[in-house]
Amino acid sequence: MSALGALARLEAVAAGRAVPVATVRHCHLSERPLVIVPLRLAGEAVAPLAAMVGTDPERPRLLFVPQPRNRDLRFRFAAELAEVVLGRIEECRTAVEELPPAKDGTERVRYGEAPQIIVPNQAGVGFLRMLGRSTRFRRTDGPYPVDPAVPMLGRWLTWFADRYERPGAALLLAMTETLRLHWASGQSSLEDGNLAALLGWIDPPEGLTGPQAAALAEDPVASPPAGPATDPSFDNEVLAPAIAGYDEAADETGLSHAKERLRTVLSSQLVPTWELMWRAIGLLRALPEGANVAARHDRDRDSFTWYAETFEEGFPQARRDDAVNAARRLHDLERAQESYDAQRAFDDPLVMAEYRLTGEAFGGVVTECLPTRLDETGKKPKLRPWLRVRTGDPVRLEPGRAVCSAARPGLKGRIVEVAAGEVLVELTGGMGRKLTPEPGSVPEVGDRVCFTSLGTDSARGRPNFPEREQTPWTHGGPPAEYVPTDEDAQEAWS
Amino acid sequence: MTFDPGAEAGRVVDAVLADLAAGHRGVVVDSPPGAGKSTLVVRAAAHLAGAGERLMIVAQTNEQVDDLIDRIATGHPELALGRLSAAGYAPSARVAAHPAVRIAQKAADLDEHSVVIATAAKWATLAEGSWPWAIVDEAYQMRSDMLLRLAGRFERALFVGDPGQLDPFSTVEVERWAGLSWDPLRSAVSVLLAHNPELPVHRLPVSWRLPASAAPVVSEAFYPFTGFRAGTAPGDRRLEFSARGMGTPHDRALDEAAATGWALLELPARHTVRTDSEAVRATAALAVRLLQRGGVAHSERGTAPVDAARIAVGAAHRDQVTALRAALGPAGAGVTVDTANRLQGREYDVTVVLHPLSGRRDATAFHLESGRLCVLASRHRHACVVVARAGIPELLDAHPSAEPVHLNVPVRFPDGWEANQAILAHLAEHRVRA
Repeated sequence: MSALGALARLEAVAAGRAVPVATVRHCHLSERPLVIVPLRLAGEAVAPLAAMVGTDPERPRLLFVPQPRNRDLRFRFAAELAEVVLGRIEECRTAVEELPPAKDGTERVRYGEAPQIIVPNQAGVGFLRMLGRSTRFRRTDGPYPVDPAVPMLGRWLTWFADRYERPGAALLLAMTETLRLHWASGQSSLEDGNLAALLGWIDPPEGLTGPQAAALAEDPVASPPAGPATDPSFDNEVLAPAIAGYDEAADETGLSHAKERLRTVLSSQLVPTWELMWRAIGLLRALPEGANVAARHDRDRDSFTWYAETFEEGFPQARRDDAVNAARRLHDLERAQESYDAQRAFDDPLVMAEYRLTGEAFGGVVTECLPTRLDETGKKPKLRPWLRVRTGDPVRLEPGRAVCSAARPGLKGRIVEVAAGEVLVELTGGMGRKLTPEPGSVPEVGDRVCFTSLGTDSARGRPNFPEREQTPWTHGGPPAEYVPTDEDAQEAWS
Repeated sequence: MTFDPGAEAGRVVDAVLADLAAGHRGVVVDSPPGAGKSTLVVRAAAHLAGAGERLMIVAQTNEQVDDLIDRIATGHPELALGRLSAAGYAPSARVAAHPAVRIAQKAADLDEHSVVIATAAKWATLAEGSWPWAIVDEAYQMRSDMLLRLAGRFERALFVGDPGQLDPFSTVEVERWAGLSWDPLRSAVSVLLAHNPELPVHRLPVSWRLPASAAPVVSEAFYPFTGFRAGTAPGDRRLEFSARGMGTPHDRALDEAAATGWALLELPARHTVRTDSEAVRATAALAVRLLQRGGVAHSERGTAPVDAARIAVGAAHRDQVTALRAALGPAGAGVTVDTANRLQGREYDVTVVLHPLSGRRDATAFHLESGRLCVLASRHRHACVVVARAGIPELLDAHPSAEPVHLNVPVRFPDGWEANQAILAHLAEHRVRA
């Protein structure tokens, strides 16, 4: 944990309520997020029990499996969930934004919206990932056919879960993680995984302190778990008899009674979390959006557009990444992490403060400025203004290190020397193309500035990866071509 | 039969060179700390280039590339040596001393050169070109995705590295590849051997750096199944001081280290922040005191003073390094202070180490990583002084490794927890209480 993170937690303990650790919202929030609160049958890896879904807090839709051990009923549930998820995806494809054509002249478009799914916690993300995996290889013909929407749901859920791994992407959010990005509570990270307790710290009900509200959240009767795992007493005392009632129902009336009973008891478990989810969305919505959030949302929309457009011709995502794809993906994730870290710090002085504490950034006042200094050692003179910045931060950047300005990352520079409370920076870019800087591009004496090495490391251009067919001998050679078969849906251990 | 380290090491090197000629696609050489890895790389380069093969050498950092250039150009001036570098590269003094070495940014400019050397990152930018042979140095520190990117450039390769040092890492945490034989987060050698189990693996058997007092300790703790021995006998190396100690704990710790090769300066148990000011002061004071007392090192290389350039101070975190540098101040000018990551591959007479677990409340995977302690405990030719707060064994007992276990992931040896215990148990015999 960073020093500031620890401090914020201590302050939260002292104050009895959560402390903000961000001044802006660092994730995109859709106008109509699709909230999914899933429940799983205890003891099964991915047997859906119920889910409360919808984009409107007033009109949740409860989907449930009356007998979760029955595979046909499970896939019926998947088809119902597919209707909701695919419906929302289609809605997002209605508005299209035209983009300037690509270099090779092909037209580019971007859907006006990207679907956003929000689940209560990380386990919820894991559940959607597993549900995607267990449905995307299902066949719609042959021995055990399923509704055509089921494998489509599987592919989309897998895509959402893959996208979740990407730092800065906001297509699938786990509410507890998102809240933790913006507030620090006075409890442990493990306890923060409980949505009700975390919200108790952030926004305690009238007359209660954060710890008191969090303590209430520990009672599974007053505040049922946010899933996908259910409360064991509920399982034994309420759910099991209700499912038995369904199994034993003798006729249509009996069945519909049993289903109604299940609906009521499952609803009692889901509604409290459903309400918490929308309360949390309200809290997040009240924060102003960070400056770079829109740019990251554009990447999400690009990804969505590309996947939706190529959906028809594609196969389900492979069960495992092959060597080349794994390396590529890791590379992409690392680049995304780097730019996400940098963007958050640029957007938010509270986040930047962490880097100033660790010496990767420094802030201060310009005490000396040579805005028109030229470097004439090369063939052509180059504009290289010097700035001397007085700072109280513990600077840990070595001479020669590339830095950029937090206020305007386009303004690049290089550390020349660091000495007792003063840093000399040579500006190298972002001042126009002439030998005198564009007006306003170079900070003046007395200006407050903040420079950081964040976001200056990224290698330019796309790196070379071999083609899949040219996977080298060190990595087992080229993998076999994928041919869909009926066995695809089987798990290795089943 | 007596153990002749020179002959033993020579036999392994000969076997490696013979394997290079035997038509294997790859040859792996594991090298414990200070076992002559760079010497082997230079010899193998000369051997292959001498046989008329064009050769590429892959190192991990610019520093390592420059080191190798210096060694090869000095030892084998007849080889046409080229260095591939990025656009802004300014040759270091070591490279500039060899005007025959050609520096270029494009591989095409080095077509005539029989040996071309560059960092892995530079090699990975090449989209074409092929060399019959490659030597990959520090191959255990290279991630397998890097190997994937540059494996198309060579037909056969010699991989050399130290399996006990720090594993490569990533800035993102991803579990989706755990258990895959081509997991991009694993080291290049582990992926190579997973797909090509028939490749010959050699081990250099002798550490020329570590003294007789350290080799068995490090070997047992960090290389439990692939042991090595010291190249020198117990009496071959001696460390003495020109000035006598004054009986302070610092002086007693230094005397203990000079006499036995190890010392633990133990501070009272306390939970502290990472930059524990007391421990930092003690560590810096030891280094300064070592300079003041004018250490003299006697070894098979002769007698030399232990000046600042022969001393290193090591720590786990960068903020600790900053604090240590500040605490050393002008009195410790010239002493190397760095993190374990950056001390990899370097050698000193005496090292002063701030124990990674000193003053901590928890033992995370980062702090338990055996490679980190291994690097810190195996940089010295004469003595290693460790500074730590009391209570680390109890801390370890309270934090057994609890990493998730994945199917098909090879179990890593040594276990960091156990290695830490082993080193502490040994240090306990050389304890001086502050």
